[in-house]
Amino acid sequence: MVVAPVDRKSADGLRALLSTMNFAPGRLNARNPLVPFGDLENLHFARFVILDDSTLDDIRLYGLPRREYPLYLAFLCDFDGAPAEFLNDLVKCAGPGLRRVFSYCDDFSDGNDLRRWIRAHDAPVATSYVNFRGRTVKQVREEASLRQAIGTYLASDAGAFEGQSAEQIRTRVRQFVKSETAAGRLTLTPPAPTPWGTRVGDAVHLVGVGLLIVLLLPLVALLVLFRIRPLEKTDPEFAPLPDPVAVDRLAILEDHEFTNQFSAMGSMKPGLARQWVLTYILWVIEWTARHLYTKGRLARVRTIHFARWVFLDGKKRILFASNYDGSLESYMDDFINKVSFGLNVVFSNGVGYPRTRWLLADGATDEQKFKYFLRRHELPTEVWYNAHPGMSAVELERNSRIRQGLEAAVLSDEAARAWVQLL
Amino acid sequence: MPTPSIDPSDVQGLLRFGYARMTEACYLLLRIRDKAAARAWCSTAPVATAEIQAKPPDVALQVASTWTGLRTLGVPANVLAGFSAEFQSGMASDENRSRRLGDVGTSAPAAWDWGGPTNTPDLLVMLFAVPGKLAEWRRTVQSGPWDAAFELIRCLDTSDLGGHEPFGFKDGISQPEFDWEGTRDADGGHITYSNLVAAGEFLLGYRNEYGKYTDRPLVDSADRRTADLLPAEDAPAKKDVGRNGTYLVMRTLEQDVRGFWTFLDGQTGSNSVARRELAECMVGRTIEGQPLAQLRATPIPGVGSSPTDDLNRFTFDQDAAGARCPFGAHIRRANPRDTDYPNRPSWWLPRLWSKLGFASTGMLTDIMASTRFHRIVRRGREFGSGLTPDQAVQSPPADDPKRGLHFLCLNANISRQFEFVQNAWLMSTKFDGLSRESDPLLGNRNPVGAKGSTDNFTIPREAGVRRLITGLPRFIQVRGGAYFFLPGIRALRYISRAGESNG
Repeated sequence: MVVAPVDRKSADGLRALLSTMNFAPGRLNARNPLVPFGDLENLHFARFVILDDSTLDDIRLYGLPRREYPLYLAFLCDFDGAPAEFLNDLVKCAGPGLRRVFSYCDDFSDGNDLRRWIRAHDAPVATSYVNFRGRTVKQVREEASLRQAIGTYLASDAGAFEGQSAEQIRTRVRQFVKSETAAGRLTLTPPAPTPWGTRVGDAVHLVGVGLLIVLLLPLVALLVLFRIRPLEKTDPEFAPLPDPVAVDRLAILEDHEFTNQFSAMGSMKPGLARQWVLTYILWVIEWTARHLYTKGRLARVRTIHFARWVFLDGKKRILFASNYDGSLESYMDDFINKVSFGLNVVFSNGVGYPRTRWLLADGATDEQKFKYFLRRHELPTEVWYNAHPGMSAVELERNSRIRQGLEAAVLSDEAARAWVQLL
Repeated sequence: MPTPSIDPSDVQGLLRFGYARMTEACYLLLRIRDKAAARAWCSTAPVATAEIQAKPPDVALQVASTWTGLRTLGVPANVLAGFSAEFQSGMASDENRSRRLGDVGTSAPAAWDWGGPTNTPDLLVMLFAVPGKLAEWRRTVQSGPWDAAFELIRCLDTSDLGGHEPFGFKDGISQPEFDWEGTRDADGGHITYSNLVAAGEFLLGYRNEYGKYTDRPLVDSADRRTADLLPAEDAPAKKDVGRNGTYLVMRTLEQDVRGFWTFLDGQTGSNSVARRELAECMVGRTIEGQPLAQLRATPIPGVGSSPTDDLNRFTFDQDAAGARCPFGAHIRRANPRDTDYPNRPSWWLPRLWSKLGFASTGMLTDIMASTRFHRIVRRGREFGSGLTPDQAVQSPPADDPKRGLHFLCLNANISRQFEFVQNAWLMSTKFDGLSRESDPLLGNRNPVGAKGSTDNFTIPREAGVRRLITGLPRFIQVRGGAYFFLPGIRALRYISRAGESNG
């Protein structure tokens, strides 16, 4: 992820350039000549966002002066494989276009080596969530084609399956897929083994960060007990109805496809205690996302494809970016009703958040205030790429399950019936 | 939660009654011609209240206003700004809302008969009467300052199809039950389905299912004009303009009854039994209203024990595969009857386990929103004459009348209730794990995005390959719509005075 400062005076020019990648606001031309995202085979999602925070005055609620921050351009990509390889592909595919975009950044000049510049402006991600670890763009596409082909096959000869047992149906479908694969009309690439480096990294993270989390827990508990809890009682809430003009500017970008993007930023509540506690919490979430929530669910939420939190400006501010299914209203409802504790524990460290109790309770369940708060902190995502538009995370999981059932050597009767119901 | 003290004499009757005995009705969509005359009319309009009368009345009048109507009446800007964002901008205001509601293509607001960019009403006056009394009632109402006050944009006539909607199905069976006593627990974690819903979901000024007060305009009690208004429960120093009022959503839906039955006729080889069964699959109930899902042996809170109530004593828990009632059936989409924690244990440890997402790995678990936050009270009426399926498949006469539904619902939070139900459930192409389909009755069949056909309907089976109906035509066109505020009686009188100077 690139975060680089932009001169305010050139922001409009940058916006205009970014908009040339779209057919219309919210509708990207994936083959646009500037950055032809569609040519990047390992890319799931990408976005350009100008981090223009309109809520900087909120810090005055604490009697503190408004602080000015640079205006940033952020460029986020969610991709498969090693970062270095992706960067190579990116530069090869869109080098000149990226140069044009980044030329609006303060410290970019034509003489810069693009790769080096991008690496130098890589902002570390505090926490990232991936719906299904290890599922590649290629796999998504192959499995979607598989389901499509099976659907057509079932429809072409519906009568032939009448009265057949689930296992008989599965056998026939397997034969069909086998012949389609042999004829080169379907491809199901076996998943590549996880590279050793990743495995070792995961294991070290599992144990190392896991231990750290356990060891620090008493300290964090004390911090929450003696510092955060008293602050919670007096921290000001600030969640007015968002400005309708700003909301229109956001809404125009949304609901062109089933999946949507969300980018938001805000200032941290003042004080080191908040910074430490949030840093710790984001470690915990990162740890759970990496080791526990790897198969299509973040707690009970099944609508997030990719999400991340990034600290900015020495942890004075934080950026949240996600790719989610459905409209914003249903996304927010899903969160409030299923994981309000998860929202609270992170976002309540932001200025103005609806009042929480012990970091976990209340907060987001003040539904209207929470929704206003989120909307008010949202930023327009100028450019947004989705490699698999029109496919929900649940659908991707269904396609994977269809493939797994197909490839399984033996299925119990019950499993076979469940598999047939997936089709 | 304290017992809310709801005064039925301050609530418009429509919230409590469907006026089923008054089978005649018309909806007058008005533009304000003269502000002072309109205010004068509003200050004395004979509005029927939610009080139960010893002798049931023969006629009733209800009045509601759009946001522009309130503005035209002179309601001050600070009060106008206190209404919800979606009410302020209106149903037809922006393309994003139209995308979410499915009002695209031939249903786009630009083509609406009313409520579109050029023909949004200020006021809605609804007249109800027992058979034979409507014309006289309308003459009575339209006297005095009426002509000076209003210009009629459109009169929406209704017809009485005996409780059935134009496709032929018994309608209006499922309605939420108000928790007048305030017994709802707002703390979340509900594991059983209840039809009893917090009063604040349907009336402003009371606690909603989150235990909060939905935003509405509160005004300074020092202002002379606000003297008659009731105080806000959550801010006693302020007067509550929203109290005992609610939002009214109205949409005119033209139904292609002939197209509906002709399509089904073609799908079933003109077998009238199979044709009816397929239609019932799409609806999720039989023509007479019996749910396809199995009735529950145990009672459901908020569902009574009369024979009509029996038609609501079910959830979809026992039909996890959708084999009895398809996932995509209209009534399953419109009210999935799900809870905060479907089928979850009540003991705290396993509940925590499931809250953290470790308890279930099933394909279809946790993909539905909890229903209690998304209920609406429906009060729609039909228009046009009835057609039996057999008549519908015949070729139409030259002067075949239009048929459909003036859909009307009441809710305190339009975006979380009506818009959510319409967008996340009815129109959603991914509802309950489905793909490439939307509501079999209401769907607009327009593709979503570049490659998102939406004209399928899946009928799952307990065993064997699901049946897939493809190429569903469009059966419903939206012909009009708007968001109205249905004020309490005191608030209506306040509105009629609010534009006066505060002297």
